Order: sequence, then C-alpha cells, then structure tokens
Amino acid sequence: MRHIISILIENESGALSRVAGLFSARGYNIESLTVAPTEDPSLSRMTILTRGSDEVLEQITKQLNKLIDVVKVVDLSQAAHVERELMLIKVRATGKDREEMKRMADIFRGRIIDVTESTYVIELTGASSKLDSFIAAIDAGLILETVRTGVCGIGRGDRILKI
Amino acid sequence: MISGAEIVIRCLQEEKVDCVFGYPGGSVLHIYDALFKQDQVKHVLVRHEQAAVHAADAYSRSSQRVGVALVTSGPGVTNTVTGIATAYMDSIPMVVLTGQVPTHYIGQDAFQECDTVGITRPCVKHNFLVKDVKDLAVTIKKAFHIASTGRPGPVVVDIPKDITAQMCEFEYPKSIHLRSYNPVVKGHLGQIKRAVQILQEAKRPIIYAGGGAILSDAAEKLTLLARKLNFPVTNTLMGLGSYPATDKQFVGMLGMHGTFEANNAMHYSDVILAVGARFDDRVIGNPEHFGEEKRRVIHIDIDPSSISKRVKVDVPIVGNIVDVLDELLKLMDGNFKTDPDLANWWKQIDEWRGRDSLRYKQAEYIMPQFVIEKLYEVTGGDAFITSDVGQHQMFAAQYYKFDKPRRWINSGGLGTMGVGLPYGMGVLMANPGAQVACVTGEGSIQMCIQELSTCKQYGLPIKIINLNNGMLGMVRQWQEMFYSSRYSESYVTSLPDFVKLAEAYGHVGMKIEKPEDVEPALRKAFTEHKNDLVFMDFIIDPVANVFPMVSAGKGLTEMILAEDL
Ligand SMILES: Cc1ncc(C[n+]2csc(CCOP(=O)(O)OP(=O)(O)O)c2C)c(N)n1
Ligand SMILES: [Mg+2]
Repeated sequence: MRHIISILIENESGALSRVAGLFSARGYNIESLTVAPTEDPSLSRMTILTRGSDEVLEQITKQLNKLIDVVKVVDLSQAAHVERELMLIKVRATGKDREEMKRMADIFRGRIIDVTESTYVIELTGASSKLDSFIAAIDAGLILETVRTGVCGIGRGDRILKI
Repeated sequence: MISGAEIVIRCLQEEKVDCVFGYPGGSVLHIYDALFKQDQVKHVLVRHEQAAVHAADAYSRSSQRVGVALVTSGPGVTNTVTGIATAYMDSIPMVVLTGQVPTHYIGQDAFQECDTVGITRPCVKHNFLVKDVKDLAVTIKKAFHIASTGRPGPVVVDIPKDITAQMCEFEYPKSIHLRSYNPVVKGHLGQIKRAVQILQEAKRPIIYAGGGAILSDAAEKLTLLARKLNFPVTNTLMGLGSYPATDKQFVGMLGMHGTFEANNAMHYSDVILAVGARFDDRVIGNPEHFGEEKRRVIHIDIDPSSISKRVKVDVPIVGNIVDVLDELLKLMDGNFKTDPDLANWWKQIDEWRGRDSLRYKQAEYIMPQFVIEKLYEVTGGDAFITSDVGQHQMFAAQYYKFDKPRRWINSGGLGTMGVGLPYGMGVLMANPGAQVACVTGEGSIQMCIQELSTCKQYGLPIKIINLNNGMLGMVRQWQEMFYSSRYSESYVTSLPDFVKLAEAYGHVGMKIEKPEDVEPALRKAFTEHKNDLVFMDFIIDPVANVFPMVSAGKGLTEMILAEDL
C-alpha cells in the first residue's frame, strides 16, 4: 500500500539524517522525501512517500515518533487529503516538435518557463500520476532532463498538522 | 563566568554524578584540567575506551543512576562504539561525553576528527553536537533527561575543544521541557481494565517479564502481582532477578536455552502477561510455530514500538511498568478471582518440571554447571554476577538463581564478548564493597583483559570465574550440532598462563582442575582473598554443551534436551 507520511520535526542540523537513517536501518523504503521549514522556522515539515503493509506502516509511525526531534507524525493517506508534486522537464523543441510540445504543455496545464532556440523547460504540478502521464505522453526521445520534488501533501478541511 | 570545561564538571556535579569512566586525549584536555581541580566527581582511568563505556553501562545497570563516560575525539570515540551499541540494545541509560576538534576545524579532516554524531547515530537514543558554549549546560541537562526517561538509552554529547575553553555564565536548568519528547508514564485505564478481565478468565496463564521490569524497578510490584494471581512466571535473559528465582512460581528462563517447563508453559499458554519484554527471536523461536497456539496477549511496555512488533498483541498498555502494575493491583479488588482451571495448569507445569531439564552428568572434568552451582552457594546467592558471551553466560543464567533485580549484568541484546570484566568495574564503583563475580570464558576475557590493570589501580576485588574450555565453546556447540563437527576456528590455542598473567598485573591467580577443588577454591577466594582480585582459571569439560536448546528457526517446544543426545 502507498502511504504519505507527514512529519513535523525540529529544524536542527542532522534531523534529516536521523529520519533517512531510520528508514535505511530498518529496511523501510522511501520513494520520495521532501523537506523544508514551515511558517515557524524552528520546525521543518517532511513528507515521505513509502509503501508497506499496515503492520509495517504501524512500525514506521511508531519508530518515527521515537526519534527525539520528531514532534508529530501522521499518515496523510489514511483520510481525505490533497497531494501535489512539481516537475521541471527540459525537452527538445525544434521544428514541428516545438509546436507539439507547447500544445502538450497546455493540455497538461503546464507552463513553459524557459525557452531557447532548441529547448523548453516546462513546469508541471499535480498528482504524481499526472506527471507520469505527461512523461508517457510525449516522445521519450525528446526528453533531455527531468527533476521532480517528490510528493507533498496536506489533509483536507480541518485535518491540521500543527503543534 | 566559568569555562566550558568547568561547566561540564559543574553539570556532572549537579546531576550528582560521583564517578566518571574515561580516558584523556587532546580534545578533552581542558575538561581533564577542570576535573583535576575538584574532588566531587571521581574519575576511573580505564585502559581502553570500550571498557569505559561498558563500565559506565554496568554502573547504570547495577544501580538506579546514569553511568557517565568521557573520551577524546577520533579514535577515542570509535573505540566507544561497541560499548554504546551494547547499552543501546539493552536500553541502558548512559551519557557519553566525547571531545571533538575545535568548531572551525570540523569538516576539514583535522587530526583526530571523526563524525561522532554520524557514527553513533544508529546506536544512541539521541546525540548532540554542542556548537555554542551558551548551549552547553542545557544540552547536558537534556542528555541526562533523555537518557533516563521513557525507554532509557545512551546519549552522546559531542563537545568541540574550543567550546570547552570559552567563558560563559553557568546556570543549570532545574527542569527541562522538550516539545518533541513526552514519554507516557501512566497506562490507559480502559486497557488496564480489559487486562484485569482477561487475567480472571485465563486458564493457562503465564507472566513473561523482561529487562523492562528491571529498568523500571518493578520487581517488587511484579512479585506482588504474581503472588496474588498465583500464575507461573518466566524471565527472559534480561529479566532475570525481576522475580525471585527461588520462588516456586518461577519456572525458569525461557527461550533458546530456557527450561523445558518455561518454554512449554509459554507455548501452550492461553494468556500471556508480557511485562517489559519484546518477544525477540531468541525468546519465542520461530514466530509461525509460536503463532499456532491461540492465545491472548497483554503487553505492558514503555515503548509503543515494541508492542505488536513481532507478536500481535490484544491488549497493549503503554506506560511505565511500575506504574501500570500498581494500577493493575489496585483494580484487582475483593471481587477478583482467578479461574479454577489454574490448578490443572499447575499440575501440567509440575509434570514438565519433572523432566528436570537442567540436569547434567558429573564427569572426571569439572562441569561448568557445577562451578556456577558452587558459586551460588559460596556467595549465598547474593553476589552481582557479570558475564561475557558464550556458553558460560548461559550456564550462569541457568544455574545462578537471582532473587534480586540488578544483580545479573550481561549483554543480552548485542551479545558483546568482552563486557564481563569492565562490567565488574562498573558494578563495584556503583556498589562499593559488594561481592562481584565475573563469569567468563578464555575467549571473552581476552577481549578486555587489559582492564586487569585498572582493577589494580582502583583496588577492585572482582572474582573472575574463567570457565576455561579452551574453545570458543558456543561457536563449537553450533558447529557440532549444525556443521557436522567441522570446528572451523573455534579452538583457542596458545592461551596465556592465566595465573601468571593475573600475577603479572599484581593480582591473585588460581588454577582449578579437579571437581573436588572447586568449592574450597571459591571459598578461599571469597574469604581469604575478599579484598583481592582473584583470577580463577577453571579447567572445565572442553565439550560440555548448553541444554535445553531451541535451534534457530525452530519452535519453542522443539527443544533439544541433554538426555536426547
Ligand atoms: C565481540 C564478539 N565477537 C564474536 C562473538 C561471537 N561469539 C559468541 S559466543 C563466542 C565464543 C565465546 O567463547 P568463550 O568466551 O571462550 O566462551 P564459551 O562459549 O567457551 O563459554 C563467540 C565467538 C561475540 N558474541 N562477540
Ligand atoms: Mg571458551
């Protein structure tokens, strides 16, 4: 099962390595991890996309809670939430591909944020599956480079992760 | 204003630390200078940093105080890693202060620099690098707080040299609050009520208590509860002493080398009351086999992650064990009655007991079991027993009947050979004048043998019970049983003359080769040589094996007994 874990953690040096170290030491998998300070600069919020059975997820949450720097942990995917990922993708855009690329970017509600004679950089946001579909939809030979932020997510309505 | 180094010492004084185990070096010279100028905190100079940490660990295990070690940067730190990991696996509260190169050198591959926080991260409860002298006192306060509360564990504080030279106002915080760390104490009342209900219904119950019961100082409450319930009690290797071993309700240690009655009672139970134990692989054997019997499990533990980790738990109670047991006892009021079927269960258990699974045959050689039995008699069952790792450790656990908590000091989780002698030092520093025996093997003792020198310096009269089989016995046993007796590198040749070795260090050495000499030699060591360290080299049966045995991957009831062979 796919799970999105949100963690509020003290914004201290080394906090990230404690979390990453825990996952590798206990053999849990990380598909993506994103972290940045919150509106309160003393706290960071980390989002981890992982897969595992319910038992494994229970252990992951308990083990994370045991880390001294971790303030709060929730499994976002257990209830209504929204999730987004950002991708920057650099593609070859010459000849007839140039027009076609622009059209595809529009269909996927992407934005072209850098233009040269032969390339575009397209910015795309959405669920990870939408970014996957975009990659699948364009000619693989035209892709020069991609970079993705990994999933970040937030609970819907009054599900709030705060201290 | 005082220097960072003085702050370190003042903090230790505030924490009422009376003794630190350590070894000096470049980055901690300021701290050693501050140590020199006072006499409240004693320092024990070990001969290897690993021993400093083991000794601090045993100081903690044998008392209710936090052990402290102090070492220099680089190699000083890397030498401590085994000791820290050992304490971590057994959840021992400990603070390790490490020197670090000056802040502006960090990351430059400076002389004796290592990434202490990085190297120790996976084997500490928490660690800190102090980057500002203003944070020093509060960080040390946090370290003691974190080490000793919740599920205890070792905490490392890494202190760069320049920080120990800088001047700062000293104020030691009275208390500390960490928003990210609030261990629970009280158990959930609803769950405790459910537990009481289940205990009343149990027909084949067992109380299974581990190291958590010792760490939480819950032995007294546990004994009260068990007596009131009249349930059988088993202990893990780490739990020995949390329930009196001489009591008739005690069925012995369980697990890989547990008794026939303990393993059967655990397996065929319908209700398990698990107290500060974690169902680890050495205890329940093959989890599928264990799961074949239907039973309900009540699990009391301070650490939620220990609950339902390996065995599904029906009633989880997260809390400090001693508090939860207290609450349980309160709820077991006048109407509380155990099931009448309990009598049949006891009949069954007594039948299992009848197998007398710890029986062994005397031979022309000294049998290791016999030495431990005599040690028990001679010390009146009241000694602190430290041990190393191997067959001798299991014999000590099986044959020395621990009636009190914190008397059995061994490395259960990590299984670290070499702990025995430094453990003895830690025990004696925390309990001056106590009887301390270190049960060891000729393999293990050589892993920290240099500490004989420390024992001489501080007059630590440990009685070393070397069960010398000339073999890495536990390895040899596995090779005999699972590798068709191909004894690959398990034979120890070129052993030193331990008597001469002991004498070279200024101690008393004895070599005991005949069964009839065992008891007189022990008596002599514990009376005439009460105040000496005595190295007792017992030449024992080279091929004695530890039984019962549950082979790795087998079920708890699939024991190999001595008589089967
Ligand atoms: C540091 C370390 N290295 C290796 C082992 C693996 N090991 C476990 S028991 C054992 C043999 C111990 O021999 P000895 O101390 O003579 O005890 P005996 O089993 O003979 O009583 C070994 C090598 C260990 N537990 N710890
Ligand atoms: Mg041996």
